[in-house]
Amino acid sequence: MALLEVRDLARNFDGVLAVDGVSLDVDTGEFVSIIGPNGAGKTTLFNLITGTDQPTHGGISFEGQPLVGLRPDAFAARGIARTFQHGRVFGNLSVLDNVLVGAHTRRKASRPRNLVIELLGALVPTVGAKAEERQLRQEAEAIIARFGERLTPRLHNAASSLSYANRRRVEIARALALKPRLLLLDEPTAGMNLTETAEMLAFIRELKAGGMTIVLIEHKLSLVMALSDRVVVMDNGHKIAEGLPEAVRNDPRVIEAYLGHKNTGINRSDAEDAEKI
Amino acid sequence: MESFLRTFFEQTINGLVIGNVYALIALGLAIIFGVGNLINFAHGSVYMIGAYVGWIAVTKYTLPLPVAFLLVALVCGLLGVLIERLGLRPLQGSNRIAPLLSTIGISFMLDQLTQILFTPDPQSFPNPLPQTRIPIGTTSIGMIDVLIAAIGISVAVLLFVFLRYTKLGWALRATAQDRDAAQQMGVDVNAVNRTAFIVASVLGGIAGMLVGIYFQTVYPTMSFQAGIKGFSANLLGGLGNIPGAMVGGLLLGLIESYGVALFSGSYRNLFAFVIIIGVLVFRPNGIFSRKRQLPPEPLTGTFIPNSKPIRLPKWLIGGVIAIAVLLPVFVTARYPLAVMTNAYLLALVALSVTLVTGTAGQMALGQAGFMAIGAYTSALLALRLNWPFELSLVVAGLFTAALGTLLVLPAFRLRAHYVAIATIGIGEIVSLVILNWDSVTNGALGLVNIPAPTFFGIQILSARDTYWFTLGLLLVGALFQWRLVRSSLGRVWRALRDDEVAAQAYGINLNRYKALAFGSSAFIAGLSGAFTAHMYSYINNETFTGSTSILALTMAILGGMGNIAGAILGSVVLTVLPEVFRGLEDYRYLIYGLALVLLVRFRPQGLLGSE
Repeated sequence: MALLEVRDLARNFDGVLAVDGVSLDVDTGEFVSIIGPNGAGKTTLFNLITGTDQPTHGGISFEGQPLVGLRPDAFAARGIARTFQHGRVFGNLSVLDNVLVGAHTRRKASRPRNLVIELLGALVPTVGAKAEERQLRQEAEAIIARFGERLTPRLHNAASSLSYANRRRVEIARALALKPRLLLLDEPTAGMNLTETAEMLAFIRELKAGGMTIVLIEHKLSLVMALSDRVVVMDNGHKIAEGLPEAVRNDPRVIEAYLGHKNTGINRSDAEDAEKI
Repeated sequence: MESFLRTFFEQTINGLVIGNVYALIALGLAIIFGVGNLINFAHGSVYMIGAYVGWIAVTKYTLPLPVAFLLVALVCGLLGVLIERLGLRPLQGSNRIAPLLSTIGISFMLDQLTQILFTPDPQSFPNPLPQTRIPIGTTSIGMIDVLIAAIGISVAVLLFVFLRYTKLGWALRATAQDRDAAQQMGVDVNAVNRTAFIVASVLGGIAGMLVGIYFQTVYPTMSFQAGIKGFSANLLGGLGNIPGAMVGGLLLGLIESYGVALFSGSYRNLFAFVIIIGVLVFRPNGIFSRKRQLPPEPLTGTFIPNSKPIRLPKWLIGGVIAIAVLLPVFVTARYPLAVMTNAYLLALVALSVTLVTGTAGQMALGQAGFMAIGAYTSALLALRLNWPFELSLVVAGLFTAALGTLLVLPAFRLRAHYVAIATIGIGEIVSLVILNWDSVTNGALGLVNIPAPTFFGIQILSARDTYWFTLGLLLVGALFQWRLVRSSLGRVWRALRDDEVAAQAYGINLNRYKALAFGSSAFIAGLSGAFTAHMYSYINNETFTGSTSILALTMAILGGMGNIAGAILGSVVLTVLPEVFRGLEDYRYLIYGLALVLLVRFRPQGLLGSE
C-alpha cells in the first residue's frame, strides 16, 4: 500500500475540468515531481490532496485512510503539509511565529479536546503547556537556523517585511515544523535567482536524504531532473505521462504539451528548459 | 376564505409597491458593489437625505412634484459625487475593509447632521398627489402606488438602455467584470466610479422621496432600515447582480408584506435580517446561483495595516492605572466621574471588538447585541430570581459568551465584509427579539427597578463607587484579554486573521478558534452590558443600539486594532473629548463619524499601532 493513493480524481470548475481523472501513488520516502504547462491542473491537484478544495469525483487515501470530505485541518492533522504557489505566509506574524503556527497540530498540552479548557489553559498555562511551548520554540529556531543567514537575523521580523524569496523559505520552514509525513512543495523556487535556486535545490536534496516523502510542483526542469525518483506530467487536467525523469523528458507527448506541436526535436526543449532556469 | 383571499390580494399589491422601492435601493447598492466591490453603508443615508429634500421642496416651498423629484436627483447625485471623491477615492490601494468603514463614518455624519438640522422627530409629509383611488378587483390602489410602480419600471428600462447602449454603460460593465483589464483598455475607472455613485445616489434619493410620500413621514433613522432592506434585496438576487436586485427587491417586499399580515407589524424589520443571514450562509451568491468559489490567494494578510505597535513601558502603565485609581480622591464632582465611568464601560466593549476584529480578524459590528444579552440576563436573574449582583454579573457574562457564539456560528464560514453584515444582522435580530418577546423582556416597556450593583453585599450607588467598580471591571477584562492574546491561542487567532486558507492548511480548526474568539469577546461585552443595566436600573430594546457597536469599533480603530491599551485609550479619548470642548455634546456622533472617516484615511493603524 502506498502512503498516498489518489484515485480517478476530478475537479470541475463551472464546466472546466481542471483535474480530470488523475490517479497517483506516492510511496513512503519517494520523491515525485509533477510538471506540466501553466493551467495543467497541478496546483488544483495539490489543493485537492490537502483538502483546500473538494473533488467533484474520485478518492484520496493517506496511510490507507480515506480523506475525501474532510476539512483541510484534518489533512494537516494526519501529517500532510504544503507550501502555496504564490506564498501565503502570515504577514503580520514574525518569522518565528509563522513557524510555530506550523507546529500547531503537534501541540498536545496546550490543545486539549475541550475548547473551554483550551481557553482556560491560555489564561493560565499548565506546566506541561509551558514546557511544550519551549520545546516547540527551540525546534522552530532550529528549523529556521537551517536556512542560515537568510532567516536567522530576521527571526522576530514580520513576515510581510521579507523578500519574496525569504517568504518562500518561511513557508518551507513552517511546513517542516509540522513534521510532515508527506510534504507538498508548490513551486518553491518561483521568483528565485540562480544562486537562490541552487541553494534551495541543496536544501530539498537534504530533506530527501533525510527520508522525507515529497511531492514537488516545479517548472525548472533541472531541479526536477536532479531530485525526482519519478516524474508525473500533467496537461489539461490529465496525467499524460509518468516515469523516470529521463524517460519522461524524451516522451513526445510531453514535448508536445510543453511546446504545442509535435515535430520538435529534443534540442528545442532543452533550449526551453534553459530559458526556464 | 374570501376575506383571506382579499387580504392576500391586498398584501400582494402592498408588497409589490414597497418591493419596487426596495428594488430601487438595491439597484444602487448593486451598481456600486459591481463597480467598486464595496458595500456602501452610506446608501441608506443618501436615501434619507432624498426623502428630506423632497419633503422640504414639497411642504416648505410647495414646488410642483416633478421639480421636487429633479431637485432630489440633483442633490443626491451631488452627494454621491462627494462621497466617492472625498470618502472613497483616497482609499484606493488601502486594505479592503477601509472603504466600508469610511462609508459607515459618512453615514453616521449624514444621519447626525440631519438630526441636528431637522430634529430627530419624524416630520409629516402630506401626500401631494391627487387622492383618487383606482379600483382593482376587490381592492383599490392610490396614485402613489401607481407612481412608485411607474418609476420602478421606467428606471429598470432606462438602466437597461444605459448599460447596454451607451459608452459609459459599457465602461461600467467592463469595470464591474475586471477593473484592471478595463483600466488597461483605457477606461477611466475614476469616472466610472463617479458615474456609479451618481446613478446609485439618484436612485436612492428618489426611493427615499417615494417612501416619504408613501408613509407620509420622514425621519433621520429611516436610513439604517433602508440600507438593510436594500442590501437584503441585493443579496437575495446576488450581490452586484442588477436584474437580481430588481427581483430581490420585489421578493423582499412580498415576504415582508405577507409576514406582517401573518405575524404583526413589529416583526416587519426582522425578515430582512433573517434573509440576510440565511442567504449569506446557504446561498452566498444569491438565490439564483449555486456557485461557491475558493477565495483567491493573497500574498499576505491585508486586513490589518502593518505597523509596529508602540510598546508602553511598565512604569507608564502602572502610573496611569495609579492615577485612574486615585482620580476620585481628587475629583469629587459627580459629572466627570460619570463621564469616566461611561468611558470605562465603552472601553470594555472596545476591548471586545479589538479582540475579535483586531486579533482574530472577524469584523464584528453587532457588539451591542452581546451587551443587550448580558444586560437582560443579569437583570432578569436579579429581578425574577433575586440573584445577588456579583453572581448574576458573572453568569450573564458566561451566558452571553455561550449564546453569542451560538448566534454567530452560522456566520463562521463568511469573510471580511460579509462577517460585518452578518454581525450587524445578528445584533439587530437580538434587539428585535427583545422587542417582541414580551413575556420575558417586557417588550418596548423594558425592565424597570433593576437592583443597583453590589460588591460583597455593599451597594454601589455613589458616583465614586461606580467609578471604582467599572475601573476594576475594565482592568480585569484587560488582564483577561492580555493573557489570551499573548498565549499560543493568540498566535492562532492572528494566523487565522492573516490568512484563513493557510491557517486551515496547518491544522487550525477555523470554527473552533472563531468560536473561542467570539465567545471571549461576547463575555467581555456581556459584562459591560450587565453592569450598565444595573447602573441605569432600567433597560429596554433601545438601550443598546447599533451605533454603540460602531462607536466601539471606532474606538478600537482609534487606539490601534488588536491593541489592548489602544482600545482603552481610544474609548477614553472619544468619550472625554466631546465633554472637554463644551458645546460639542450635541455633535458627538458627528464627531465619531468624522473620526472614523479621518482615521481610516490618515492613520489606519491607530494611535498606538495595530498588533
